[in-house]
This record gives sequence, structure tokens and C-alpha cells, in this order.
Amino acid sequence: MIDLAHVSRSFGARTVVDDVSLRVEAGAILTVVGTSGSGKTTLLRMINRLVEPSAGTVRIAGRDVRSVPPHLLRQGIGYAIQGHGLFPHRTVAENVGVVPRLLGWDRRRIAARVDELLGLFRLDPALYRDRLPAALSGGEQQRIGVARALAAEPPILLMDEPFGALDPIIRGRAREDLLAIQRRFGTTIVLVTHDMDEALRLGDRVAVMDAGRLVQEASPAALIGAPASAFVGALLGGGDRAFQLMSLRVVDDLVEPGAAPGTPIPAGTSVRAALAESLWSRRAALPVSRDGVILGRVTRAALEAQGAGP
Amino acid sequence: MGETTATLERPGARRLGAIRPGLDPLGSVFAALIGLSLLTLPLMTARPNRIAAGESLMAWSALPPGRVLALGVVLGLAAPLLVLRIGPRLRVVAAGGALVILCLAAGWAADHLTLPGDRYGRVSPDAGWWLGFATAALALGDGLARLSPGPGIRIALLAGSAVLSGLALRSGFWDHLSILREYASRSDTFGREVRTHAGLALSSVAAAAAVAIPASILARPVPAARTALLSILNGVQTIPSMALFGMLIAPLGWIGRTVPGAADLGIAGIGAAPAFVALFAYALLPVAAATVAGLDAVPEPVRDAARGVGMTGRQCLLQVELPLARPAILTGIRIVLVQNIGLAVIAGLVGGGGLGVFVFQGISQNAGDLVLLGALPTVAMAGAAAILLDAVIDLGRGPERRR
Repeated sequence: MIDLAHVSRSFGARTVVDDVSLRVEAGAILTVVGTSGSGKTTLLRMINRLVEPSAGTVRIAGRDVRSVPPHLLRQGIGYAIQGHGLFPHRTVAENVGVVPRLLGWDRRRIAARVDELLGLFRLDPALYRDRLPAALSGGEQQRIGVARALAAEPPILLMDEPFGALDPIIRGRAREDLLAIQRRFGTTIVLVTHDMDEALRLGDRVAVMDAGRLVQEASPAALIGAPASAFVGALLGGGDRAFQLMSLRVVDDLVEPGAAPGTPIPAGTSVRAALAESLWSRRAALPVSRDGVILGRVTRAALEAQGAGP
Repeated sequence: MGETTATLERPGARRLGAIRPGLDPLGSVFAALIGLSLLTLPLMTARPNRIAAGESLMAWSALPPGRVLALGVVLGLAAPLLVLRIGPRLRVVAAGGALVILCLAAGWAADHLTLPGDRYGRVSPDAGWWLGFATAALALGDGLARLSPGPGIRIALLAGSAVLSGLALRSGFWDHLSILREYASRSDTFGREVRTHAGLALSSVAAAAAVAIPASILARPVPAARTALLSILNGVQTIPSMALFGMLIAPLGWIGRTVPGAADLGIAGIGAAPAFVALFAYALLPVAAATVAGLDAVPEPVRDAARGVGMTGRQCLLQVELPLARPAILTGIRIVLVQNIGLAVIAGLVGGGGLGVFVFQGISQNAGDLVLLGALPTVAMAGAAAILLDAVIDLGRGPERRR
């Protein structure tokens, strides 16, 4: 879907992005993680030409982005940024409807689309449509920012630290929302973050940037299992690797026949959460249920084995 | 416990017109000034003719006994009310009452002190009247500010008071006052000078906005151009107005003589042209500075988002940047409009017309009332322009952000 071939960008003598080649498959989520100044935001902004590459090419669906006028290119790519960047003088409905209006949709279609999106983000349209951004909470502003990016159903969504300003509880819910919506529309997402946990949790693939270079690009499990450099290891936090791996996996594949005492845990629980529950409730095995039906049990030993390195 | 009491008291305390215990500090100052002005300073001056020395009269000698009583009763009620902690509506009524009775007193005194058939005698307000009037006007403004009316109501109040003052002036009630005698002998030119004055101020501001706003939009993103623009305009601002007129005589005179059709447009070394150019030049910097500041204040994420959703540079400017900068730009225009209405008085010096004509005639003839005939309408115009533009700026903000 998105192809970056030997892309570099310099500002004066400073090379911010240095010869990066990457490929994002259609419908996948690529998270780009790195410290501040690693060039991850610049890399993202080269995809929709907010920054032009000094060298290399960016292709979307096989087509060089330079063959499309920048404003038309951007109308077809969702863009959500930290601090939401909502237009403070426009209402929620006007903010969400800005791209459809630029695309020349008729008024009724825009209104219907705005209401649909607000509903999707659990915001009552009647209540929120005519509010100004200043009258919203941080979490609501963030959701409106993502809703605006998705308004014209773009095949690609670029996100720059979209959850950076949120408190942990709202951030967790916003991530779940994003995953649900991504599954629903099949949107290809490139998400920039400095938070490795977020990158591992959201990404199908994780790209690690350091000083403008792409250090490693791998699936979350592969990244944890075999960090390509000491820098990636440091970003992963060193000591927690086993638990990071466990939080990527769910208990479903570990279920074995048999009974176990106590309240069942639902299928889809992460291995890490299941192990924590097993330790906390002093049970060597936990029953696993789906929709109220007991599927079997999962043992602590099986859970523990998931934390082992390759 | 204390909190509960406060909560219980609130509905009563908020009711407009209710009197709470204690003294209002600002109101006390107003009341003291009104009392002092009437009791220790002369209310009116009476002169046998326009330039003779006058006789200052205290309120009780300037008015017939019945009117003195009326003035005393109204001010005697209004001043103590202003001292107390009363609701804003009652405050407006008290201050408005004081203002009205002072205006009536001026008319009564003029009638009382003018002998029947006397066409040379001059009766004009003296220090006590002016101080009392200014204080009552401030108290009224303070009361209105405490009511914090919406922009629509402020415009309606302004229009209402303009119509009422116009009708009152036409009624002939104050015709024996000296300033209206000056008006009577110049009524043929007064309207024209007011129009010239307003026209000079408005057209110079409009021209300055038409030049400075686009120039600032173009120059702002380019550091060198932006610095150059603002420093040139800063330089213009430091030239004293009289010097600017002097500097304009030669070039404008040359244009008037040599460029075909320029003289027909009224371009000459003296007259309206240099006045317009000077007012225009002085208006450029505030408008440009306000535009640059307003655009600078647009948050970077908002600008980034505008480009990111696919707006062209023009769409970003028209749909995002200018609407967000509009309150700042309008505030700049409000400042220069008020400034230029005042500054347009100097047009009278170079034959440009306007209310300055009366001011400078009055100064040269040592006739203070003629100066006032030029100065008071200027002050009224500037004040009205300030109120009107403030209301317009508020209207543009929309109801939700005003709160």
C-alpha cells in the first residue's frame, strides 16, 4: 500500500531522515517508534507531503506521491495529530466535515456522515454536533480529531502521537476504539509514537527509528524476541521482555481440557493478565469461558512458558 | 457552615436592585466627587459677551430656587445610592438620573441667567458642572459595565442615546447655552465639517486596512519582509504630525501641479490630501501590527491540521487563519479608528476641514466655547466608534466563546 524507497530528508546540514526504506501492507498498522528527534514525525509527514523528501520516493498503491498535487493527495489521506489540531472557531460538525466539504460532498451527505462518525466514537450527535472544541474534554477532542481524519473514508490514516495528551484510562479506550474502527474500515494506518508499549500493542509491524535511521522493522513478537541493536533493547526496557511478549499473546491457544476452580477468565484475555490473575488468586489453573460457556482451563505453567525467549 | 450561608444568600444577593450591607468603594468616590463638584465649585459662568471675563456662579445662584431644589433632591438621592452596594440596574438609574438632572440644570441656568432679548450674553458650564457631569457619566458607564450587556444591547443603547441626544438638542432647550450659540452662528457649515471629519477618519482607516492587511499577510511568513514592513511603519509613526504635513506640502503640491487630473481630485500641498495621507500613514502600523500578531497567534497544530486535511494555502488563509485572527485585526482597526477620529482635528490646520476648523478658530479667537463645539462632537464620535466596534468584535466571537 505504502512504499518508501531510500527516503532521506535534510534540513540544511542536518539529516533528519536517512535512507529509510519501508513497506506497509494494505489494511495493516505500522507503528513507528523512537526517541524525540529520531525523525519519526518527519518520516510520517513525507507520506502526505507535508515534508518533501530530499531523496528517494514515496509511493502509495504504486503511484509516486509527487504525481498528485499536495492538497489533493492529503484529501485522500487521513491525518490526526497530537493536541488534535481542531479548528477552534469551527463546531464539532464543521471540524469533522471539513474534508468532505473540501471534496465537494453535498450538505446532506456531509451531515449524515458526521452523525455516523460521532456515533461510532460514542458521542451523541445531537449533543455534540454544534459544540466548539473548547467545550470538549481532552478525550472528546481526541476522538473528534480522529473522526475528522476518517470523515472521507480514506484508505490511509496517518497519526502523530494521537494519544499523547490523554490520561492512561482514556488512552486505553481510545486505542481500543482505533483498533475497532481499523478492523471495520480496513484502513491502513501509520502511527508515530515514542511509547514502545503503545507501538507493540497497536502495531502489526513496528519500525524503530534512531537518529534518522530505520534500526529495525519487525512484528512485535520478533522485535521483543530479537532486538536488532542495544538501542532497540533499551527502548524495550530490558527487564520486561517476558511480560511484553505475554501481553501480546492471548490465552485462547493455551486452553486444555479439564476443570479449574473459581471465576472463569474470558477468552481473548492476554497471557500477561491471565498470569497475573493466577498469581493473585493463588490458582494453579484458571477456567476459560467464551460467552458464558466454559472452554476448558489454562495452567500457570502453560502461561509461564509463553514468557520464554526464542 | 460558612459555605452554606453563602450559598443560601446568593439568590437574594444576585437579585438586581437589592441593597446589600457595606459600601461600594468606586461608587463612594463617584458620590464624593459629585457632592464636592456641586458644593465647592461654580456650576456656571455668565459673561456679558463672547470674549469678556465671566462671573462664576455656584449652583444656588445660577438657578431659580425651585430648580435648585430639584437638582439638590435628585443628586441628594443619587449620590448616597451610588455609595451603597446596590444592584447594577439601580446603579444605572441613579447615575443616569444624576446625568439627566445636570443636563437639565444647564438649560435651566442658561434660561435663568439670560436676560430676555439679550443676544450677546454667554452662559456656559463651569468647573463644577463639568466635574459633576464627567463623574455621573463615569458612574453610568460603570453601572452599565456591571450589567455586562450583550453586543446587540450595547449597539441598541448607543443608537438610542444618539437619537435621544439629537432630539434633545433640536428641542431648543439648551439654545441659550454658549456652545449652542456658537453652533447657531455656524449651523450652515457644522454638518459639512462633521461629515468631512468622519469621512477623513473612516476613509483613511479603510485605505490603511486595505493596504496594511494584505501587506502583512504577504510579508509575515518572510522574516526579512516582515521586519522591513514593521520597522518602516514604526518609523512613520515616529514622525510628528506637524512635521509630516510640512514634508507632504512639496510632493503633494508637485503631484497636484504635474499629474493630469490630480488637481481635480483635490490633491494639493494643503487641504484634504495631506490630511488624508497623514491619517492613512499613522493608521498603517497599528493595523499591520494587529494583523501580524493575530496571524502569529494561530496555533501551529491548527495550521498543520489545515494543511494536513488537504486545504490549499488560500483555503487555509481564508477558512482558518483569517477567521482566527479576525478579533485581533478588528481590535487594531478599532484602535486606529478612534485614534484617527481624534487625530483628524489637525486636518483643520492645513485647510483639510473637519471639526478641527472650529477648534483652531476658537483657539485663535480665544473663544473656549467654539473650541468645545469642535472638540465635544469629536469626543462623542470617537466614543461611539469605540463602543460600536467593540460590540462588532464581540458579535464576531459568537455566543459560545463570549462566555
